[in-house]
Amino acid sequence: MPTNTNSNTMTGAEIVIKSLIDQGVEVVFGYPGGAVLPIYDELFKQNQIEHVLVRHEQGATHAAEGYARSTGKPGVVLVTSGPGATNAVTGLQDALMDSIPMICLTGQVPTFMIGNDAFQEADTIGITRPCTKHNWLVKDTDDLAETMHEAFYVATNGRPGPVLIDIPKDVQFASGTYVGPRGVKPAGYQPRVKGDTAAIQAAVELMEGAERPLFYTGGGVINSGPHASQLLRDLVKATGFPITSTLMGLGAYPASGDKWLGMLGMHGSYEANWAMHDCDVMICVGARFDDRITGRLDAFAPNSKKIHIDIDPSSINKNVRADVPIVGDVGHVLEDMTRIFRSRGAKTNKTAVAKWWGEIGEWQAVKCFEYEGSTDLIKPQYAVERLAEAMKKHGDYYVTTEVGQHQMWAAQYIPFDAPNRWMTSGGLGTMGYGVPAAVGVQIAHRDSLVVDVAGEASFMMTMQEMSTAVQYKLPIKIFILNNERLGMVRQWQQLLHGERYSSSYSEALPDFVKLGEAFGCGGIRCDKPGELDDAIAEMIAYDGPVIFDCLVEKHENCFPMIPSGKAHNEMLLGSRASGGGGDISKAIESDGAVLV
Amino acid sequence: MELKRGSSSHSAYHLGPALKEGEERRTLSVLVDNEAGVLARVIGLFSGRGYNIESLTVAETDHTGHRSRITVVTTGTPMVLEQIKAQVDRIVPVHRVRDLTSEGPSVERELALVKVANVGDHRVESLRVKDAFRAQVVDASLESFVFEVTGSPEKIDAFIDLMRPLGLVDVSRTGVAAISRGPEGM
Repeated sequence: MPTNTNSNTMTGAEIVIKSLIDQGVEVVFGYPGGAVLPIYDELFKQNQIEHVLVRHEQGATHAAEGYARSTGKPGVVLVTSGPGATNAVTGLQDALMDSIPMICLTGQVPTFMIGNDAFQEADTIGITRPCTKHNWLVKDTDDLAETMHEAFYVATNGRPGPVLIDIPKDVQFASGTYVGPRGVKPAGYQPRVKGDTAAIQAAVELMEGAERPLFYTGGGVINSGPHASQLLRDLVKATGFPITSTLMGLGAYPASGDKWLGMLGMHGSYEANWAMHDCDVMICVGARFDDRITGRLDAFAPNSKKIHIDIDPSSINKNVRADVPIVGDVGHVLEDMTRIFRSRGAKTNKTAVAKWWGEIGEWQAVKCFEYEGSTDLIKPQYAVERLAEAMKKHGDYYVTTEVGQHQMWAAQYIPFDAPNRWMTSGGLGTMGYGVPAAVGVQIAHRDSLVVDVAGEASFMMTMQEMSTAVQYKLPIKIFILNNERLGMVRQWQQLLHGERYSSSYSEALPDFVKLGEAFGCGGIRCDKPGELDDAIAEMIAYDGPVIFDCLVEKHENCFPMIPSGKAHNEMLLGSRASGGGGDISKAIESDGAVLV
Repeated sequence: MELKRGSSSHSAYHLGPALKEGEERRTLSVLVDNEAGVLARVIGLFSGRGYNIESLTVAETDHTGHRSRITVVTTGTPMVLEQIKAQVDRIVPVHRVRDLTSEGPSVERELALVKVANVGDHRVESLRVKDAFRAQVVDASLESFVFEVTGSPEKIDAFIDLMRPLGLVDVSRTGVAAISRGPEGM
């Protein structure tokens, strides 16, 4: 190693570690390899940053997402060149779609070998360009520190997202000058955080006159920080308007709050979706009118004026035209909105809003989440309900999920009263997200209860991370709703492919209890409703990670459901809800079938 | 006469490719940091999100400031065009995006090098057309010319169409360079 001439001259690898420390990073999720060995050598020599060795690079990215989502801090990933980088791609795209701040550092072959098909070479910058907010290839050690700090700035400012820095091995060995983070930001990137006052004023005027208003909130509220969630709660209280949220926004407004209508969208509540359809003023706060939310676009909230608050100008007017667009950070805009609302006397159309609540009460009376109970089989909804009860009794809890039916049941039946407690792959819908995400959450919250509500198929995509949980003594609980089916795929095949169950069941599942034991964690199985509460209590009490194999009814469908290509007021209900139990096999028409 | 791009597709004088119902043609001027990969970021966004590129021009315009200007001619519905602008604008090394078609008057020019191989009457006729279009001869042999012609894309289209029966061999076009009229810079 070259002798340092002054304290600001160091090797590239030293600069990486110094930058991470100066950015306040406490933990890095990673996997070593040839092209990052100098950085791993520096990690070895220090003890300010903890390195968590995952079992697959995809696991590192989801763990970083779980860490970021549950703390509000950026997640940091360190992987090697070639396969290390390509394995990280899924997590990068996941973070991009769900706006999660992440810094991914990849090793690269030395600069003089780039382009020569060197061992473990891949065009990482080219591959990750569309799945990062921005990426950099650093070719000169003197540029490294500034690039590191720029990367943190870009990842965490404006709409958060993943960034990647590709660092060739010779750049890690060479010496360069270190600069601190102060004042480093890219000249061209200045996201706007304050909303336009005239637009906010116009929004308040709409709200004052609204007869059937509705707050529709999303992940942007969570990303804006706990302060934004508090402002939202205050504004909902001050206006008395009902509120619904996307999958990504759960917890910003408490599920126990009296204005809460539940989640909206494809598997959202009857009352939330009907309220969306019939509202006259929609206040969209940090959500992006995703196709899971809107259903059929030309029938989406047809008689409403739409206020859209978003920090990303490209989210506005993308799918749905906003009548009052407000570009800015949710926290800043809600603060101004509340101030203007109060300064004008906190006026609302109380008579009309009371009548609106009356209508909503009728939709709530449908009890859309009721399901057919059973005394000999565990219904998946029952399992999630009992889990939720046990978690509530335990106190504060964090939930991650995989993707599929279990994810929707978790969103429907587990209440969240605080932000940053719910980690799920919303935009990309990544099976295998939950186990590594739980690892990342538990790293940040060592003493809290962290449960991954899983399906057996999703779990098997990233189950190797149980080994990580054991190594770092992370007592994550994997609660598998095991129906031996790819449940959501099966549900869709039943709905629109003539019940031809093409490859949607597993013929060779492992014994999950023995698997748990093999990993060195707990293994619990339960298949009787009467024994479920005790089994869940045992899982929560277990001192260490647990794989819980909950054998559930194999053919349960997830309701309510807005079939593809349909409007909010055409949703299907389960058989127990009043007005439910229609013929689901005829629910989707051919033009809806092309939609996923 | 000089035709402005973006004029109605119903115009009898419109020479460019027909626009689909509800679509418009816009010229965007994009000021970017001149760094490796910046062009890939911009055009990758267009291909990744399914936007059209009718013409693309890029070159460094400010060496000391490390700035380049990308000129893109694109088509889409007004909602898509607004989306394109917002999406391009959020690319980190992009400094500014201007819609030259909708934000006031602008001028557009393109340059083409047009090679014809001919003798006899065709050779004489191609020189006459060259004069009519105020093109230049930039290379000549006894059986060929290379003409340099500048102007609106429609003028260049017309020039190439006229050269086709006169022995057209090759065409190289720069794509559109555009700038707003008046004293204001970008």
